[in-house]
Amino acid sequence: MGSEYEATADQHHADDHGHNGAPSGIKRWLFSTNHKDIGTMYLVFSLLMFFIGGMMIMIVRAELFQPGLQFVDPAFFNQMTTMHALVMVFGAVMPAFVGLANWMIPLMVGAPDMALPRMNNWSFWLLPVGFSFLLGTLFMPGGAPAAGWTMYPPLVMQTGDAFPYMVFAVHILGASSIMGAINIIVTIMNMRAPQMTLLKMPLFVWTWFITAFLLLAAMPVFAGAVTMLLFDQFFGAHFFNAAGGGDPVMFQHIFWFFGHPEVYIMILPAFGIVSEIIPTFARKPLFGYNSMVFATASIAFLSFIVWAHHMFTVGMPLAGELFFMFSTMLIAVPTGIKVCNWIATMWRGSMTFETPMLFSLAFVFLFTIGGFSGLMLAITPVDFQYHDTYFVVAHFHYVLVPGSVFAIMAAVYYWLPKWTGHMVDEKLGKIHFWLSAIFVNITFFPQHFLGLAGMPRRIPDYSTQFADFNMMSSIGAFGFGLSQLLFVYIVYQAVKGGEKADRQVWDNPIGLEWTVPSPAPHHTFETAPEVR
Amino acid sequence: MDHTDDKYYVPHGSHWPIVGSVAMFAMLGGLASYLNGGEFGGMMSLLGLAILITMMAGWFGNVIAESMAGYYNPQVDKSFRMGMMWFIFSEVMFFAAFFGALFYARQLAIPWLGGEGTKFMTNLTLWPGFEAMWPSNGPAHAGGEYESMAAAGLPAINTAILLTSSVTITIAHHALKDGNRLLLNLGVLLTVILGFTFISLQAAEYMHAYSELNLKLSTGIYGSTFFVLTGFHGMHVTVGAIFLTVIWFRVLSGHFTPQNHFAFEAASWYWHFVDVVWLCLYFFVYWL
Repeated sequence: MGSEYEATADQHHADDHGHNGAPSGIKRWLFSTNHKDIGTMYLVFSLLMFFIGGMMIMIVRAELFQPGLQFVDPAFFNQMTTMHALVMVFGAVMPAFVGLANWMIPLMVGAPDMALPRMNNWSFWLLPVGFSFLLGTLFMPGGAPAAGWTMYPPLVMQTGDAFPYMVFAVHILGASSIMGAINIIVTIMNMRAPQMTLLKMPLFVWTWFITAFLLLAAMPVFAGAVTMLLFDQFFGAHFFNAAGGGDPVMFQHIFWFFGHPEVYIMILPAFGIVSEIIPTFARKPLFGYNSMVFATASIAFLSFIVWAHHMFTVGMPLAGELFFMFSTMLIAVPTGIKVCNWIATMWRGSMTFETPMLFSLAFVFLFTIGGFSGLMLAITPVDFQYHDTYFVVAHFHYVLVPGSVFAIMAAVYYWLPKWTGHMVDEKLGKIHFWLSAIFVNITFFPQHFLGLAGMPRRIPDYSTQFADFNMMSSIGAFGFGLSQLLFVYIVYQAVKGGEKADRQVWDNPIGLEWTVPSPAPHHTFETAPEVR
Repeated sequence: MDHTDDKYYVPHGSHWPIVGSVAMFAMLGGLASYLNGGEFGGMMSLLGLAILITMMAGWFGNVIAESMAGYYNPQVDKSFRMGMMWFIFSEVMFFAAFFGALFYARQLAIPWLGGEGTKFMTNLTLWPGFEAMWPSNGPAHAGGEYESMAAAGLPAINTAILLTSSVTITIAHHALKDGNRLLLNLGVLLTVILGFTFISLQAAEYMHAYSELNLKLSTGIYGSTFFVLTGFHGMHVTVGAIFLTVIWFRVLSGHFTPQNHFAFEAASWYWHFVDVVWLCLYFFVYWL
């Protein structure tokens, strides 16, 4: 049988390798098994979704600019808030992190590629399928899903033709995430250069390793939850219907069993990025490496036992309220360890403030504000006041925008020279940073006050006493949105040309990725590198 | 056939994943359209399924060809093993969601509807007269009078069948390692037969439930959890049985050696996984 099989297998070897080892044309992207190309596709897709989700929220903020209904009807408003969340979570933040993982993990552990390259391709190419379903719902009878990204029944049952598309989009995006997570786990466990022991791995690799397990454990549960919705809607099941012995609150429990790990899925890789960047620009090794690893693992574990803090007001036994309150507060311990380690890394370092460092510093500072408001929300009796107000919106946007998104921006500024071979325009980068950092605070800081004063979230109209802060917030949002166009220009510029980057790019950064040329060749580490 | 090289084999370009994406688009998009009452949804969904099957055959065919050509060194083999292992873990979590729903309904939702503890007034005002018990189709008697599925009889026979099949696949595994091809062949064949027997009996049980017990998917929370749990399990058994059938044909073609037989082990792990899920099902759904 040998010869016949070898013929087919050899074909795969033959049909690639243009110049620089990269195949040319559309096939390079459609059929890609290369971690760098797939990483690039993830990142470009994520940027596209960032703007689509961003435009949705511009509509929301325009409507909220003044009290009263000006631009859209409430049903469409609800579609926009719901779709903004779904697009940003599943289209922008998660794929951006997976893209960074694809690009950087093989380079950081000294592997020739991801462990399962064909499946890697499928993980990416499922995303356009999922999002064609999700974005397609905007044009369906009944419009897009409008019950919030949390899809609570019974409200979500009123979704029109979009309903099954929403469910299947979740299935497809979940499958993509699970395959991505498996690939990352296997790459890290099996593809490291021989001397790259676990506790020598860069923190970005560590945080993604742990994140991948969260994905693996959480995404299938979400798939199960929406499957039950589907059965309730179309096949007469009674999972979430009290008349049949089910319970709508049960959906909330299952959803948040997924949902809470999900929020750590969106922040742990950000911790990793910041832990790479701060040592480089403080010119000191990371303080407390081991404690960083264990803190990440602790956060991951805790993320599975805190879910019902999203549901304090729904009606739970007192023991439940107490358990979820205290377990949630515990998360502040490992997170505090991390923040202190970042600060200790900078202590007496010879710091410089290039764009990636600025974004990382803003991350540490602003993410911590989000962490503190989270601690406030964790306190059950206090949460009764804050629940479903703009305080919650302010809280999770502080951890997601100047948290996750800033970390992604920092990562792009940090590694872009490695990807493109060109230095980024520092001046424009700094302008982009300051615009983002100022506008993000103008957008979200007033929302704390709105929430404390009692303005509910997901409402298109509001009482006049909230007018000033809402106008402020809207102006901030428009400014933030526009500033991101500058980001696109900066990236485009660095792709097209600019000052040549050398291998190291920065001042003696630590890590295997800085030992390969810039731009990184199509294939790297085909033989394992030496690790010191 | 044995020119395993030291390098980790990285395939260069494959059109199968994108074919898979097209398949998923047609299959699930079609199904969604069908559920909404669309005219061509069903057709489109079946077409998508056909493309998906083609994709799997092509993709796995590629992998088999590369494996037989000796492109996979032990490190690649390990990647496949780890990949399969963690895939099964994600499947476990998928079932965990439904088991979670079952436990929640039995331990919390039903007792609360029945007025347990502080829920006394809820029961009195919303569902007067409803008494908590299991199985239950809820205070509105969703789906009408029904009988629950007994643990004895068909389910017990099915348990025995699945447990036996787990033994036969293990015997086959040992035979493979010892180089005993006849026993390997028989072991896998027997497992496949037992697997399909299980599926047929499960189908018979469903028909019995629908026609004689008036136990349906719409029979409240009991019917919902019963059919969704056993149904997804049945689907997984079907996939596992097809998987093993392919493995059987590969055994006949002599694809596996005592040293190199990842696909066989993946199939057997998967089989043990559906077996364990069944044991949990039998215990929590049928018996308790």
